[in-house]
Amino acid sequence: MDEQFNKDPLSHQHFLTFLLRDECFGISISSVKEIIEYDNVTPIPLMPDFVKGVLNLRGDVVPVIDLSIRFNKSATEISKRTCIVILEILFEEQIVTIGAVVDSVSEVIEINMDNIEPAPTFGAKIRAQFILGVANVGEQFVILLRGERVLSLDEMAAIIEKVAD
Amino acid sequence: MDMTQARSLFIDEANSLLADMERFLLEIEAGDATSAQHIDAIFRAAHTIKGSAGLFGFDHIVAFTHNVESVLDKVRSGQLELDGELINLMLQCQDHTASLIRQLEDESSGIDLVTGTALIKQLHLYLDPAPVVIVAPTAALTHTEHWQLDVHYGEDVFRDGMDPLSQLHYLQSLGELKQVRLVPHWPAPAAFDPESCYLQLKFELASTATKQQIADVFEFVQDNSKVQISPPNQIKASLDALPTVDEKLGTLLVNAGAVTERELQSALSSQKEHDNNQALGQVLVDQGAVSPEMVAVALDKQKATEHKRPADFQFLKVEARKLDELINLVGELVTAGAGIDVLVQEIANEKLKESFSVLTGLLEQIRDGALGLRMVQVGESFSRLRRIVRDVSKELGKDIELTVEGADTELDKSMVEKLSDPLMHIVRNALDHGIESKELRLYKGKPAQGQLKLSACHEAGSVVIEIADDGAGLNIERIRAKAIEKNIISADQELAEEDIYKLIFAPGFSTAAAVTNLSGRGVGMDVVKRNIEELRGQIQISSVPDQGTVFRIRLPLTLAIIDGFLVSVAGTHLVLPLNMVQECIEFQMSQQDNERNYLDLRGEVLPFIRLRQLFDLAGPPQSRENIVVVQYGKHRAGLVVDHLHGELQAVIKPLNTLFRSLRGIGGYTILGSGNVGLILDIPQLVQFATNLENQSFVH
Repeated sequence: MDEQFNKDPLSHQHFLTFLLRDECFGISISSVKEIIEYDNVTPIPLMPDFVKGVLNLRGDVVPVIDLSIRFNKSATEISKRTCIVILEILFEEQIVTIGAVVDSVSEVIEINMDNIEPAPTFGAKIRAQFILGVANVGEQFVILLRGERVLSLDEMAAIIEKVAD
Repeated sequence: MDMTQARSLFIDEANSLLADMERFLLEIEAGDATSAQHIDAIFRAAHTIKGSAGLFGFDHIVAFTHNVESVLDKVRSGQLELDGELINLMLQCQDHTASLIRQLEDESSGIDLVTGTALIKQLHLYLDPAPVVIVAPTAALTHTEHWQLDVHYGEDVFRDGMDPLSQLHYLQSLGELKQVRLVPHWPAPAAFDPESCYLQLKFELASTATKQQIADVFEFVQDNSKVQISPPNQIKASLDALPTVDEKLGTLLVNAGAVTERELQSALSSQKEHDNNQALGQVLVDQGAVSPEMVAVALDKQKATEHKRPADFQFLKVEARKLDELINLVGELVTAGAGIDVLVQEIANEKLKESFSVLTGLLEQIRDGALGLRMVQVGESFSRLRRIVRDVSKELGKDIELTVEGADTELDKSMVEKLSDPLMHIVRNALDHGIESKELRLYKGKPAQGQLKLSACHEAGSVVIEIADDGAGLNIERIRAKAIEKNIISADQELAEEDIYKLIFAPGFSTAAAVTNLSGRGVGMDVVKRNIEELRGQIQISSVPDQGTVFRIRLPLTLAIIDGFLVSVAGTHLVLPLNMVQECIEFQMSQQDNERNYLDLRGEVLPFIRLRQLFDLAGPPQSRENIVVVQYGKHRAGLVVDHLHGELQAVIKPLNTLFRSLRGIGGYTILGSGNVGLILDIPQLVQFATNLENQSFVH
């Protein structure tokens, strides 16, 4: 169904799982740089809702995105457990650092690539192209995300441009 | 040093040499340069490129530049005259070499063999068949008081109409012949030809003539005879007596009269041909032109001059990456300093404050120094334009004079690089569309020669570059009609003059009736505007019919660190460039109705922008607001903010790709508190506010 998804039965991959609106998502830890508390996010004027603002990460200014809004759900409520997952994503042959706001971070799990089912074509209520696959872990479904698609700078910038106009 | 690094060094060096070459060629052509030195420099450029390319094994570059170098060598030695035609050819060769170098960087583009071969053919027209170098048997000469001459005549000397006897007579006019020995080389009797010359003559000549004078005697037989002239001891003395100057070994020997120019050239070319690393001195000795002792004396002389050299070094080549790293570090230092500043204010210890202020002073100096390292003169960009003006005006058959002002204005290196393309487009447009043809100019009563003026100057913390022509000016009606035709504006849209000019920056806009080779394709002007905006600059146009058009480009001085003024609105920290801030005034309650956005500032009207409204920031207005009066160019505006926090040094971090559509904000900076501050781009901000207001009228 998905040619790009190359199933290699020998390989195991590690995923960071986190909660967004009570749903469990996972993202490959190879793109996760670090996880920090939600704090000190400076809002940027005239930005659409999903752009929370920017963050000073030891001297680097990192944009922060609300994943929940990106998935067309309601905005993340900031609580004690709210975290920012700092991700490094390849964009136009450059590694771009970007922060994603999540409700809470759960754990790092190892998933056998064999156990990953292709994404359902509908029902997840998330655009299918964002999803790498779905894994069943301990009686719970984990939706594995394609980081580079979900946080595609090009697409997000295009949305911002529309809003700005 | 690894290979890639060395390679990029080579490319960099080659490019700068090519730029020099171009500049010198153009200066010679314009007639405002003393040729000899310039020709030398041009030759050296070609020679160095060839040499370095050889080191890397770029054989195609070596092969091409070798031809260029050979022709230039003839020019240098006076055998060829550098006339207009040759300059033209040399410029083409320069272009081709540049394209070869470019190809090294961008492997995808192919090598333009056709141009290369054509150019080499043209070059060969200037070159005689390569001189044949006869390497004489190694016979070290010994010095005596007199000149030692050894002439082994070629067999054809008589057939060529030469007579050794008359040369003997002529030698006597130069000095006294002390000894003449005849060494005949008879062939086998059967092979004897009475018309051939089988003689070798050895003379001892007491003379004060220079080696060149003596060699001139044998000038006409030199081609097929072997002439060895070894100077007497007194030459060594004259070599010793020469002033210590910064010269090459060969030049030293020629100046002293120990070697003739011809011998030097043949030694140099033999050195090249055999591609060996033999020293020039050794080659000359091998050829029997000079004795080892003489070379030793000359070398000593040269060593003495070498010691003096370091003082001449004015430039240091530094890798751009190292400089960027340094500036990044200085940026971090400034940010860290701002952090300490916050703490120092909290602790409120006088002594601490005092020593910290010393530190701050030093920090500022380091910052300015580091940023200064990146500054280059804008003239570098201008000199490239000189070439374009020359080529384009030739192609168009227009006579255009280019004047340059303020070429020494300094600008950040990275900006100068990014500026060269937009400048080129504007200049091309001015040449092609702006300045009229000779006939039309005369008809209009203007001088036949068109004027193009490039100028650069500093103005309130920014650099202003103007490109002015005295051409036809922009035709408002035509631009309007074209914009309507291209659906850029609607037919009934009312636009101010200035806004009509701006239409030429719209993508896909081009007014030229015919698409010429140069411009008129409708790409360019929109790219120009985008490039300049990427540099946080603006471009303005003013134009008077039949008097010309002026493009004004305003750029920030640097992309890295600025002196800023910190304000805040609804908890958001904003940084204004300090050099644009004129004054801060209290926002009077009486002025706080939302009906109008201007106020009376000492009798002048001052429009202002409510940043809270513009940026859609949360919260009701504060009871006490302030207005910061900013000025850029001739524009003045007020910005309504909540709090004023004072000056700071802001390290500019560029906006993320995500925010590319953001207007009015030029970048971020990290404040002493660790928060992120937004740096306002005031001209853009005012433009943005103006557009918003205009839109509100439309709806």
